[in-house]
Amino acid sequence: MRKLGILLVLGSLGLMVACGGGSSSSGGAGNTSTIASVTAACSPSTVLSGQTSQCSATVSGTGNFSSAVTWSTNAGQISSSGLLTAPIVSGNESITVTATSTQDSSMSGTATDTVTPIALANNVAPLIVDAGPNGLSPPDVDVPFVTITICVPGTQTCQTIDHVEVDTGSSGLRVVSSVLTIPLPQQNLDECLVFADGYVWGPVATATITVAGETTVSSVPVQIMIPASTSPPVPTSCSSQSPPGGNGNEGVSVDAFGANALIGVGLFQQDCGPDCITSPAPDFYYDCSSVCTPTTVALAQQVANPVSVFAADNNGVLIQFPSVPDGGSLTASGFLIFGIGTESNNTLGSSVVYPVPDTGNNAGNFTTIFNSTSYPGSFIDSGSNGLFFLTAQTTGIATCPAPAGNQWYCPTTSPDNLTAVNQGSNGQSGPTTHFSIENANNLFNTNNTAFSTLGGPNRGSFDWGLSFFFGRNIFTAIENMSAPGGTTPYFAYNLP
Amino acid sequence: MNIFRFVGVDSGAGARLLLASLLLALPAPALAVLGDNAASVLTDQARMKGTLRSVDNRTYVMHEITAPTGTVVREFVSPAGAVFGVAWEGQFPPDMQQLLGPYYQQAQQARQETSSAQQQRQRRAPIAIETPGLVMYQTGHMRNFHGQAYIPQLVPQGVQSSDIR
Repeated sequence: MRKLGILLVLGSLGLMVACGGGSSSSGGAGNTSTIASVTAACSPSTVLSGQTSQCSATVSGTGNFSSAVTWSTNAGQISSSGLLTAPIVSGNESITVTATSTQDSSMSGTATDTVTPIALANNVAPLIVDAGPNGLSPPDVDVPFVTITICVPGTQTCQTIDHVEVDTGSSGLRVVSSVLTIPLPQQNLDECLVFADGYVWGPVATATITVAGETTVSSVPVQIMIPASTSPPVPTSCSSQSPPGGNGNEGVSVDAFGANALIGVGLFQQDCGPDCITSPAPDFYYDCSSVCTPTTVALAQQVANPVSVFAADNNGVLIQFPSVPDGGSLTASGFLIFGIGTESNNTLGSSVVYPVPDTGNNAGNFTTIFNSTSYPGSFIDSGSNGLFFLTAQTTGIATCPAPAGNQWYCPTTSPDNLTAVNQGSNGQSGPTTHFSIENANNLFNTNNTAFSTLGGPNRGSFDWGLSFFFGRNIFTAIENMSAPGGTTPYFAYNLP
Repeated sequence: MNIFRFVGVDSGAGARLLLASLLLALPAPALAVLGDNAASVLTDQARMKGTLRSVDNRTYVMHEITAPTGTVVREFVSPAGAVFGVAWEGQFPPDMQQLLGPYYQQAQQARQETSSAQQQRQRRAPIAIETPGLVMYQTGHMRNFHGQAYIPQLVPQGVQSSDIR
């Protein structure tokens, strides 16, 4: 690829000579040089989603000018040598690739490529990492989105919702109430769902859910997340579980939630599970027919992982993203693939399985070994937007000065290349996992929304968030379902 | 996570009884625990309808309350009688406002100061708060929460912050 660029540049020099010069060099000194023009072209100029196109630049100038250019694109990804990887599109889209002279950044040339959709298999939904729902400010970072369709059960009354966050760290569909345009039937049941950094509150309703070619076999309990001003009000026993310094009641609006909805495709079949069946009821599901009171709920009425209710491909998910270069990319396109080992496109292949406990105080966790110390409360979570691990004290990685602040890492050597080993609950260790952390202030000082090197502190454990997903196949196998690779639930991933 | 690793001098039933009577002798506490006196441990136990187990580790006493839902809260009391740290784990998080008392607001403010208007991107991740007056972490995901909070000034000499878990 490098050779191609040089040949083209030589060609342009020949042209310059043949034309007898072109624009005169300013200053007149022998070593001055100017860039006269930059043009770009990509071949082929029409590509399928996810396929590559080689772009080249022709730089013309005078004197001993530099032919080097930097590449950028408004969609998909482009390497430093001009290899464009097209984004995943659902209809024909034009994307613009720009080559900018490194010698004179005011000189650039563009090429337009047309990206055409590919027919995706029944069990494949496109994923996009971007700034989030329209107009979201500040933009989302490292949040994977999918488009889903929900229907009033037993009817053709349906709604398509975009920018639904895909979360392997939870189970169940939750929709911001202001997004809903169809009357989902509600049960006489409300729910307080606490995340690691906040909570959501609102009634349980039922819907049929379709993602890609997969539809739930029956109606599924889902949660509608309501504003604090809406009845029933949030019980104190709910809001008091919210950690201080978190996002508080984050389901009140699309702005607060950073997404229109969240689809939990995690390890568990229901959000609460057996602990909500028996008395005393935890502060989780509430009966609000008078004053909201915690209530027990049978498994079938609990908000369910939609994947486990699909007719087929229902034992887990595979999330597939191409790698993202250091520094990040404007957006990233990938796939949410349903089922594990159920189709030719979701085989475990070389991925190593890390079983996790289904219950107990390390439910859903494996052990990460870092600098010879074991951290048993570690996990993979597409709903965390970075790599969150340990503290500045234990890692030696500095947290950031303002504006990112001490919620993020800003290593002095950036990228800081690190390794760890993950170990499943079966005691078996996988191969060494490599990861890198870059200065978050530098990363955030761009318009990029997809970062493979974003990190922050998380005392005592590793939270392998979305940054970890780039360049890997990551499987999440659902409890009590049969899947290749051993007993579920488990996580599995391959080397990049 | 195994609590038996804390055992320096195992406080048997007798020791626990002694401790309980000591706690009862103290004036009725506010609901807050972190930074409060040792008596507030019993308040928490009552509030959580939990069972209490206490372990004397010489440099501190650890009181472990297990709620009926399985959530475990551990409260660390210094020889001076102050609750200098708390830790929790379980499927459900504890009542954070009750557990952290006035420090709940302090933690909230600490986050608001760091996430000022100029912060460009929102962290969607476990909680990490490190201020001179309070350190708090919570990690986890659905069905699993772990967390710790402590007041650096109240941590007795010889106790590592990593002991608070």
